[in-house]
Amino acid sequence: MAVKPEIGLTASALMIAVIVAGSSALPADCLASANSARKFSARQSDSSPRGQILALSCASCHGTDGKSVSVIPTINGRSVEYIETALKGYKSGDRPSTVMARHAKGYTDEELRLIAEYFGTISTTNK
Amino acid sequence: MSNTLSRRDFSKLLLSGVAGSALGLFGTSTNAFASTKRVVIIGGGFGGATAAKYLRKLDPSIQVTLVEPKAVFYTCPLSNWVLGGLKTMDDIAHTYAALKSKYQVNIVPDVVTGIDVVKNMVKLKNGKTLGYDRLIVAPGIDFKYDSIEGYSENVANTQMPHAWQAGSQTILLHKQLLDMKNGGKVFICAPANPFRCPPGPYERASLIAAYLKAAKPQSKVIIFDAKDKFSKQGLFKKGWDRLYPGMIEWRSVALGGKVLKVDAGAMTITTELGVEKGDVINIIPPQKAGKIAFDAALTDATGWCPINPVSFESTLHPGIHVIGDASIAGAMPKSGFAASSQGKVAAAAIVRLFQGKVPAAPSLVNTCYSLLASNYGVSVAGVYKLAVDGIIEIKGAGGLTPLDADDNQLNQEAMFAQGWYQNICQDIWG
Repeated sequence: MAVKPEIGLTASALMIAVIVAGSSALPADCLASANSARKFSARQSDSSPRGQILALSCASCHGTDGKSVSVIPTINGRSVEYIETALKGYKSGDRPSTVMARHAKGYTDEELRLIAEYFGTISTTNK
Repeated sequence: MSNTLSRRDFSKLLLSGVAGSALGLFGTSTNAFASTKRVVIIGGGFGGATAAKYLRKLDPSIQVTLVEPKAVFYTCPLSNWVLGGLKTMDDIAHTYAALKSKYQVNIVPDVVTGIDVVKNMVKLKNGKTLGYDRLIVAPGIDFKYDSIEGYSENVANTQMPHAWQAGSQTILLHKQLLDMKNGGKVFICAPANPFRCPPGPYERASLIAAYLKAAKPQSKVIIFDAKDKFSKQGLFKKGWDRLYPGMIEWRSVALGGKVLKVDAGAMTITTELGVEKGDVINIIPPQKAGKIAFDAALTDATGWCPINPVSFESTLHPGIHVIGDASIAGAMPKSGFAASSQGKVAAAAIVRLFQGKVPAAPSLVNTCYSLLASNYGVSVAGVYKLAVDGIIEIKGAGGLTPLDADDNQLNQEAMFAQGWYQNICQDIWG
């Protein structure tokens, strides 16, 4: 079912969303929660939109949903702990890599955790 | 203060003039909250095809139509490998069969002749129209043929190919290289920034040299460059010294690198320093956004399309998103990888907009691999975020293959270059 709010999300409604959002961790999350506070129904599983949007980037090298069809490692179905440890290892330099250190340094530890959670749980939530 | 975009900044961006169209969009309630969810995408390259697949994957209730006249899409990435004899044209060919069968994308093999921004309609060459609730324009590049005297589309198609859109141009340049005599001179003429695939001309020089070294070792490659520096310069120059000593010459703009004029009949180019005769002449002209972007008035004075970096929605036309090479995407290079990354961001934003939600803060990345020989690869990576003034590179992340990388790492990067290509193509067209 398509979401059809009675009111248009005008600048003033946005303002409200922004104000309501005051204390959340991330813009995406806070605005989403502001929206749900306004009773916009979340049609799809939307537990961590931030994790999903971060993880979409990974697919460009690691394959759709992290399933590689090439020499690049598959990350789909690896445990959350494994992926998080690996990513943090790349970021700190403890884990040797060609390009992964350069990527991992672009994310906070929290974001790496969200990416790990996304790929660590995707095999049970996706086809 | 850190460069991180704070909540306040993000809100400001959504509410500011930069994101004016996002607001405009919320204002045009018929667009934002249409009862139908129809997205039309113009262009089936790295940006457009990615957006098509991911729109369907993220929200199967969205109806997606992809308009692309070519039944087979040849990728620019790896087209230099074809010139070097490492790959065939079949290896870089992709179709829309999987998007159609696996993701139920409606594929329309036609040319868009116009966009009616009032009626939200795309006009096709066959006379039909396609209505949309949101439109994605991903037309790639077009060439400023007239910026080099004597150059034209006709010259490109006959004597001096650009080979900067893969396909018949790649085949023509490859044939010229195969036909060239031992001891011939290959000219690669590279444009000033910005242009598609910043490391591309230099990978091309490398892989042509690889072929010539094996087949026609008396030959030379000369790069005439309208710039005074280029992407991955240190890595390329070091690699050329190691792999192809004396075979590749680079002439910067200060050394007469800028091509002012060509004579296709005489096979010469003219620079500030005089006339040079080549045996194979590859002209990579200055570029601009693809034609439909101009026709629909999506471009600004730069010849590219300004966008709101949250959603890649045009700042000139609400409801129309522009992704890929045609867009002005801040610090991101014009690459297939970047276009695909933008396609995902635009798709995710559109899904949320249809749900009546504000788009999430985007996450954008780029990785460009270049091959200098079959076992010698280098890369540049970037991770991007939003700042108040647009898309910026995250400091401390990204960057180049180290200049002192050993042969093992260079070989690994060459393997990953191929692995990347297989996976991104599967991620887009598979």
